[in-house]
Amino acid sequence: MTDDILDGWETVIGLEVHAELATNTKLFSSARNVFGGEPNTNIDPVSLGLPGSLPVLNKKAVELAIRVGLALNCRVQRSVFARKNYFYPDMPKAYQISQFDLPINEGGWLELPDGRQIGIERAHLEEDTGKSSHVGGGGRIHEADYSLVDYNRAGVPLIEIVGAPDLRSADDAREYVSELRSILVAIGASDGKMEEGSMRVDCNVSVRPHGNQEFGTRCEVKNINSLRSLGRAIEYEARRQVDIITSGQKVEQQTRHWDEADGRTHTLRSKEEAFDYRYFSEPDLVPLDPSLEWIAEIQESQPPLPRQRRIDLAKAAEIEPTDAALIVQKDLDEFALSVIKKGADASRVLVHLANNLADGVGHLTVDAFATLIHLETNGDLSATQAKTVLADLVDKGGDPTQIAADHGFEAMDTSELDALIESIINENPDDWTAFVQGDAEERKKKSGFFVGQVMKVTKGQADGKVVNGILLRRAEN
Amino acid sequence: MNAREIPTAIRNGETTAKEVLETYLEAIHNREEEIHAFNLVLEEEARNEAERIDTLTAEGENLGPLTGIPVAIKDNICTQGVPTTCSSKILDGWRPPYDATIIGRLREAGAVIVGKTNLDEFAMGASTENSAFGPTRNPLDTTRVPGGSSGGSAAAVAAGFAPLAIGSDTGGSIRQPAALCGVVGVKPTYGRVSRYGLVAFASSLDQIGPFAETVADAALLLEVISGHDPLDTTSIPEPPLDLSTALTQGVEGLRIGVIDELSGGAIEGISDDVLECLEDAVQALTSAGAIVERTSVPSTVYGLSAYYVIAPAEASSNLARYDGVRFGPRVDAKTTSEMMVATRTAGFGDEVKRRIMLGTYALSAGYYDAYYGKSQKVRTLIMNDFANAYKKYDLLLSPTAPTTAFPLGDKTEDPLQMYLQDICTISSNLAGHPAMSVPFGKGTDGLPVGIQVLASAMDEHTMFRAGAVLEASNQGKS
Repeated sequence: MTDDILDGWETVIGLEVHAELATNTKLFSSARNVFGGEPNTNIDPVSLGLPGSLPVLNKKAVELAIRVGLALNCRVQRSVFARKNYFYPDMPKAYQISQFDLPINEGGWLELPDGRQIGIERAHLEEDTGKSSHVGGGGRIHEADYSLVDYNRAGVPLIEIVGAPDLRSADDAREYVSELRSILVAIGASDGKMEEGSMRVDCNVSVRPHGNQEFGTRCEVKNINSLRSLGRAIEYEARRQVDIITSGQKVEQQTRHWDEADGRTHTLRSKEEAFDYRYFSEPDLVPLDPSLEWIAEIQESQPPLPRQRRIDLAKAAEIEPTDAALIVQKDLDEFALSVIKKGADASRVLVHLANNLADGVGHLTVDAFATLIHLETNGDLSATQAKTVLADLVDKGGDPTQIAADHGFEAMDTSELDALIESIINENPDDWTAFVQGDAEERKKKSGFFVGQVMKVTKGQADGKVVNGILLRRAEN
Repeated sequence: MNAREIPTAIRNGETTAKEVLETYLEAIHNREEEIHAFNLVLEEEARNEAERIDTLTAEGENLGPLTGIPVAIKDNICTQGVPTTCSSKILDGWRPPYDATIIGRLREAGAVIVGKTNLDEFAMGASTENSAFGPTRNPLDTTRVPGGSSGGSAAAVAAGFAPLAIGSDTGGSIRQPAALCGVVGVKPTYGRVSRYGLVAFASSLDQIGPFAETVADAALLLEVISGHDPLDTTSIPEPPLDLSTALTQGVEGLRIGVIDELSGGAIEGISDDVLECLEDAVQALTSAGAIVERTSVPSTVYGLSAYYVIAPAEASSNLARYDGVRFGPRVDAKTTSEMMVATRTAGFGDEVKRRIMLGTYALSAGYYDAYYGKSQKVRTLIMNDFANAYKKYDLLLSPTAPTTAFPLGDKTEDPLQMYLQDICTISSNLAGHPAMSVPFGKGTDGLPVGIQVLASAMDEHTMFRAGAVLEASNQGKS
């Protein structure tokens, strides 16, 4: 398969994202909701589906679900729990309590950083299953010697967010998931950790010739564990489907399994083998009908969403909202705003936050950071020096001026710098003439040369901006 | 001694909990082999509990309204550490790690739990013949069934094995056996008694209720087990019932409608001797000052059909958890799904399998609307009809069961005949309303007949007023 096989084809993607809600206890019982732990320690009669046990709805889970609905511009409505019936060892009751025809949140959208709106069909509450491990036989249930089941996860609250088929590429899909993740984290609904399985993505993919309005037959791809595999799985699946169609066959509606190791999707079950879940209203629970007052209360206490935070930061820093995305995604926007509010140069603040804080702010305080930026913009520290001081501040904290002094980063006396530049000019008279008489492009090139020479001699201690200033002054005189 | 006299007698030092218990244990020793009311008699545990109660009472402690009263518990209600089988092989050896809410309330009220009573497997049946541990016999005539599914509890009270018993009623499983055994049986309003710890058959219909020899004793037991439980979301947020004034209030001025369809009208199969007893009951209530007339509740005729879709549908889901994975016996097989199939094939009896299949079919894609959806509409229709009837009447009246107790084996080959046993009782479950059966008169075979008093949701009080009047009149006759 070559890359051009997709030329002339459009990939249509709709995602179903399951996120574990960050509650203290499970959706229907008081067993603890925590990741990890010895197998089968966070359980109770309800988690195990013991005979006679009954579910009691967790109010916090409902609140978080409503938060998600509001953040995704959904209608929050009266909803009904339903039983989804199927047999599987890690499903304690042999049915999952979910929501079917009346979900708590319906009909919203998510805005990507570039402003495109992706439809949200619904976001409903349901309980998680336990986890099986199959021992022997390559870890698959059918060939295993025996299986072990851990019910710690059984009954953990999930929100299932069903997106409309509005995404058109692997990049779209990754952006959507990463925006959704930022929203869930921002409102405290979920920790959004894909690697711990607290956020899981199933992906519906179909292809159609460009310009076609009708959707192609879709396949659902499961077992996607990272943003990277999401992109790979979509690309593989789109190519596979185009391959089938261009060779004159028809895509079969299937559920497929992404295999990270071989980079392919494999048939899990066909449409004919699809489960009949025999949904019906859960008789053990009454309908969930949150009051308008409560919904309004939740709306009022909703923290700012990533989209608003990008706008706020962009406004303060006088940049485009898309350029604020990285800082917001790193959850450093509030920090950036505080530093900018202290009068620090916004563009320098953002550059450092985006590039030089891989592991977070550490011991860096708003005041120290603002002081550092002032030192840099005053010309007391070069960009390189500032970066070194910043690393120390993150590491141990302290006073930026003192740290700069400890490193021997004394701002160069301009007269000293002036003398140095003069001697470099004298050593390179042709370059100087070219700088003085050249057009803008030539001047830029030559200024780069002179700055480079100065940096070489000062071992990067000089401030490039200051050097440029001196060069211009001399050229004009 | 009536149940409600026991706590006072113990407190006054006229007797002890131990003495009371021994009387009942003796009755059990004499006849249990013949009757088989119990799956398990908790002789030792009961003796220990009685001794504890006696000690505390001697120390001056007031243990509550059931002090020292032996109570038998239907074996589909969870008792911590004590086997709870639902009379099914599939729960053989399972000991719940927790008590049902009502078990906790009974213990707190000072009751002594004497044993777990037999039932139709998972409460599916009307004769207690569908038990993996063998049938229960009617203490009044051991060639006859005690009714079901709470046949063990009804028989325990009728045989004098315990003055009080707990049952569960999904389509008539308390009232019909009460009628057939000549005792009082009450299905409270849905949500009046917590279902936490009741092994589910059909969750939207199941309700726990009392059996007793007298209406007053049934009221006493219902008062203790009723009231809101945060562990059951469907439980009604109301305090426990207080029925004390109902028992002596009489029925003067009450308007009572006799459901025509169930009293010789649209539905056939109600025997003449039962209808005669109903006429006598009408006379009794009329002479006590009630205004009694026949009335129509048209949709009751569809109750049975709707029930046999809804109840099996819920059961097919509720019973799916018995898969051999987490508890109960397991039949080993090559793969997990084969193990599940083998376990369920060996563990469930025929009637349970029949209902699981019925229910699975009714919920299947393509059939849902025609069966389950339609049955839910019938259910709404029944609720509406009842609501209309209660605009005009305070209570409704009908026979409890179509006949007196029938011989063992009489209906085991014909499930439909067995299902018809619930024809008069089922609509109350579909509507969620309370209803009780009170012994009133006897059939031509000399066996007791039960009269059913039906009330609107939450109106157990008015229901008990009529129950008490019927009981007094019946006792006056015999």
